[in-house]
Order: sequence, then C-alpha cells, then structure tokens
Amino acid sequence: MRLLRNYVPQLTLLPSLILVAITVYGFIALTMVLSLTRSKMLPRFDRWEGFSNYLKVWNHPRWEVALENFAIFGILYIGGTLLIGLVLAIFLDQRIRIEGSLRTIYLYPMALSFIVTGVAWQWIMSPDLGLERAFHIWGWESFRFDWIKQSDLAIYCVVIAGVWQASGFVMALFLAALRGVNQEILSAARMDGASGPSIYWHIIIPALRPAFLTAIVVQGHLAIKSYDLVVALTRGGPGFSTELPSTFMYEFTFSRNEMALGASSAVMMLVLVMVLIVPYLYSELRNER
Amino acid sequence: MAQLTIDNVSKVFGSTSVLQDISIEIDAGEFLVLVGPSGCGKSTLLNMVAGLLTISGGQIRFDGDRIDNLEPKDRNIAMVFQSYALYPAMSVEKNMAFPLRMAGFSKEDQTQKVQEVADLLQISHLLKRKPAALSGGQRQRVAMGRALVRDPKLFLFDEPLSNLDAKLRVDMRTEIKRLHQRLGTTILYVTHDQVEAMTMATRIAVMEGGIVQQFGTPAEIYDHPANTFVATFMGSPAMNLIDAVVSPDQQHLQIGAVNVPMPPGVKAPAAGTKVKLGLRPEWFGVGDKAEGTFDMPVRVDLIEPTGPDMYVSVKLDGQSVMTRLPAGSDVTQNSDCTLRVALDKAPIFDAETGLALYA
Repeated sequence: MRLLRNYVPQLTLLPSLILVAITVYGFIALTMVLSLTRSKMLPRFDRWEGFSNYLKVWNHPRWEVALENFAIFGILYIGGTLLIGLVLAIFLDQRIRIEGSLRTIYLYPMALSFIVTGVAWQWIMSPDLGLERAFHIWGWESFRFDWIKQSDLAIYCVVIAGVWQASGFVMALFLAALRGVNQEILSAARMDGASGPSIYWHIIIPALRPAFLTAIVVQGHLAIKSYDLVVALTRGGPGFSTELPSTFMYEFTFSRNEMALGASSAVMMLVLVMVLIVPYLYSELRNER
Repeated sequence: MAQLTIDNVSKVFGSTSVLQDISIEIDAGEFLVLVGPSGCGKSTLLNMVAGLLTISGGQIRFDGDRIDNLEPKDRNIAMVFQSYALYPAMSVEKNMAFPLRMAGFSKEDQTQKVQEVADLLQISHLLKRKPAALSGGQRQRVAMGRALVRDPKLFLFDEPLSNLDAKLRVDMRTEIKRLHQRLGTTILYVTHDQVEAMTMATRIAVMEGGIVQQFGTPAEIYDHPANTFVATFMGSPAMNLIDAVVSPDQQHLQIGAVNVPMPPGVKAPAAGTKVKLGLRPEWFGVGDKAEGTFDMPVRVDLIEPTGPDMYVSVKLDGQSVMTRLPAGSDVTQNSDCTLRVALDKAPIFDAETGLALYA
C-alpha cells in the first residue's frame, strides 16, 4: 500500500504519457517509417524504397510551387501581420478613449476559424460576388479585382485573408509589450532630445524584441500549418497555383493514393517547423536560467 | 542673480491642486534638495522643471529666461531617474551617447565625450555591456554618465538612491556630493530621505501638502524649524514635541508639575497659552549639571542600544520623550532618573497653528 502511495504522481501521469507517446511521437515515427516504404493507398511495409520518395517530392513540380508559395505566404503573412499589428498597437497605445472596443474589434477575427475566414474572403474577392461586382453595380465599370482567378496572383489573396485574420492577435501581443515599457524611459528619451517618431524607432521598438520573437514564432508555425485557409479560399487553385506544403501532403496522402510520398512531405514540414521552433525554445530556456 | 527661479508655480490635476504657489530661488552651483513625504508634490515640481509636466500657473526661469514654455530638450537640463531609465536594448556606450546622437554630434565627438565621462565615473570597463548585465550601483553610474555627457546647466535627480541597498546608498551619496563639488553644476535633487537632504544639500526645501514648508540651508532647517512639520520631519529620531503651558510669569513652561525655564531664543506668548516645546533627542544627557541645561525628572521606559548611542524612551509627566544618550549611560529600564537637557536651541511652537515662535 505504501509502495502504491509513493508512486501516485507517476501513476496519475502514466495514462496521458502513454497516450502522448503513442498518438504524437508514435505516429511521427510511423510517418517517418512510411516515408521510406512504397505505400500507396494503404500502408505497406514489405518493400523499402529508401529516400527515393524524398527525391520524388523534391522533383515534383507541385512541391516546387508549394515551397515557392510557402516562401511568399510565410514572408508576407509574418511580415504583414507584424507590421500591421505593430502600427495598430502603437496607435492604440496613445491612450485613446474607445481603446477597449477597438481592441476587441481588431482581435475579433482571431475568434473565427480559418474556414470561415476563407469562405468569407472567397466571396469578397470573387469577381462574380464580391468587391468587383459591388464596384460594377456602383458604376465603376472598369474596376477589376480578380486576383483569385489568376494563377500568379491567387496566393496573394491567401496572404490578404491570413493577414486580416491574425493582425489583431499580433497587435494584442505588441500592445501588452508596449504597456510594459517603463514610462521613465520615455521621459528620459524626451529629455535626451528624442522626438515622437525617433523615440519609437530608437527606444520602444528595440525594447519590444521579446514580443517580436514570440510573434514571429507563433505566426511562423501558423504559416507552416496553414491548410484550412487555402482549402476554403481557393482549394489550392486555380490549378495548383496556391498549393502549400500542407495541401500537398493532404492531396497526395488521401486523394492520390501516394501515401509514402505524402508521408515524406509531412516529414519535411516537420523539419521546417523544427527549424523555427527549436531556436525559440533554446533562447527561451536559456533566458529562464 | 539667481540661476533657477521657481516663481509662484502651481499645479492642478483636474480639480485637485497638487502644488500651490511654490517660490524657490537658487544660485549657480547650488545643490537644492526637495525633501518631503511621498505625495507632497516634490516629484511633480521636479518634472515641471524638467518639462515633462506642464505648469498650471507661475513661471520657471533659468538665468532670467523663461523656460516653462520650452520643450524638455531645449532646456539644457539633464535628469537621473529613480529607475535609472536606461535604454534596455542599447549598450552602456550607446546609452551614454544617445543624447549626443540626438543632438547631432559627430561619431568622434560622441566617442570622445563618452570616454571622458566614463573615466570620470570609473565605468570605462562597462561600456560594451547591456544595462541588464549591470548591478544597481553600476546602473546608477551609467544613468549619471548619460546625464553628464550633455554638459547641462542643471541636473535633476529623482530619488536616485532609493533602489540601492543601505551601504551602497551611503557610498553613492558621498560620490554625488563629491561630483557636485568637482563639477560645480547646479543640482536639483528630490528625496524623501532627510539624511540625504542634510548631508548633500546647500539648500533644502521641505515640502508637504503641495506647499514649501520651509526653504533654507540645512543648518537653518535643522536649528530653526519653521513649524512642527519641519521640526519632526528633519532629524532622526524625530524631535520631541512636548505639550506645555506658558506660566503666569511667562518665564517658564509648565509640563504637568515640571517647570522648565523658557528657552532663550523664543518669543514668550501670553500666560496660559498652550504650546509645544521642541526637544531634539541629542540634547539630552546624563551627568553633572552644566550652564544652560535643565534637570528633568523622567522615568525610563525602553532602551534601544544602536552601538555608539542608545535610544532611550522616557516618560515625562506621562508624555513619551525619545532621547539619545551615549552608549553605556547609567540608566535602567523602569526606574526614575534625572536627565539634563540643553535648552539653548529649543524652539516652541503654537499648539494651534504649529508655527514656531522665535524671538
């Protein structure tokens, strides 16, 4: 009995440990194994392909488009949310009267799922339903906004919708950090001869470094994971022009019966995530010490 | 001509009056300390001189020119803040060079100035570090360095020592005083610590309730407090205020059954007036009666030894009186004894208004 009591904490944690081990790490391992097989519709472990699936993925034109889109989307999405979030936060930090309600309005898109955002923006940006049509009805006949139908511009529609959704969240991060800036530092900067914009440029924005790090990592992993937004907005199209690594992975694993190929693309996404997350964890843990 | 003139300055926040008709004048090279309990308005006054707060009335002049309508950066004033307010993302060197950079100095001039000041404050070895990697005392020096590089005409210090531990505080106090004597710059220094005020100031303004209660040299403030607030605020342990009544012949003060002679420097009020007799703890002593002293029968209540002295709390006609006696004085707890007290500097205060009654 006493023996049992000594192990109560371990025993309590055991079920969740087992579950996490199987469902998270077990399936990561399984995916890695799958990527080395010749699995098609169902997993098969009788034939080993080595790394040839990875080569196939890298040489696949759709993967190339997916990576290129990921670069465009990742850079513009992260950059756009950071810029807009920062500007909004700085404006809100001017102690304006209706700050509370504005904060909620800006933050609200975050409460929507990417699917809802995607569908709404699909309507807004569709030439037959949304902005273009509205302007035509109002009499501006020559107005054109059909990026979503053009294969080289459609990815920017995904960026617009994504930035719209996440800027408020980044704003909240920056606003909290701005509120944490010591007021005496601002007074000191004023006495030292810095004016409004240069106080922000030289003093405040450098002081927001930790908030920048958090925002970049959070937005970065959202960018890698983003799947539902593309599916709802463009379904990867026109053609496969808005393909992202995540849609590539889903398409090959579940629609095209190329499970091994899909698994290797999934493993490569994991590597991408780790490239972003590991430095973050490293610096966070180092700071804690 | 006075260098800094604070002329009838007042400050109102909404409907609350924070400062009323403050008038202070100091000459070039003076070390003025604004001292008072928290909430007395001393920091508000400092921020108004700095230009970080607007003034609601009156004028602030520097060398005869109005500065209260100028931007902080145009006032030729530097300030050291309570939290030091170092820029966290910049190295010590960049911190110190920042005012020069904003003023458009060349890179060479910046480096040279920073190096000079860093040598003066002995922080040259810290120049490459970030503020987070410095100790409290080092940050304090960097903050002073950043103020010094601009060569301002007036230094403002806002409780700069309150975040340091006791020993460091004493060291930095000495250092600031030495720096002042060496550079000869005018300093306006805010503190709630009366010891800092007494040790560093050439002039002290004691503030309370948004009013300057007394403005004078440390000796004037200590020896001739203008009212009971100043009397009890300056000095540790605080001055005792003993309820007394003026005797019919106006030559004595009656404290219950004890008749104390009227102190020499006071203007005796009418017989029967209720007054408070101010007695500093260090005026008490044991031993033989001397010229100008009075033997006071007391009962020893509590003894607190501090090392060089002992604080002895005694009862005089039921009123608590704190005395400071040399260590090893022959007193025992809960026994009656006689203490002699020097009355030559003792003030008396009107019991109603609290104002000192000097001759």
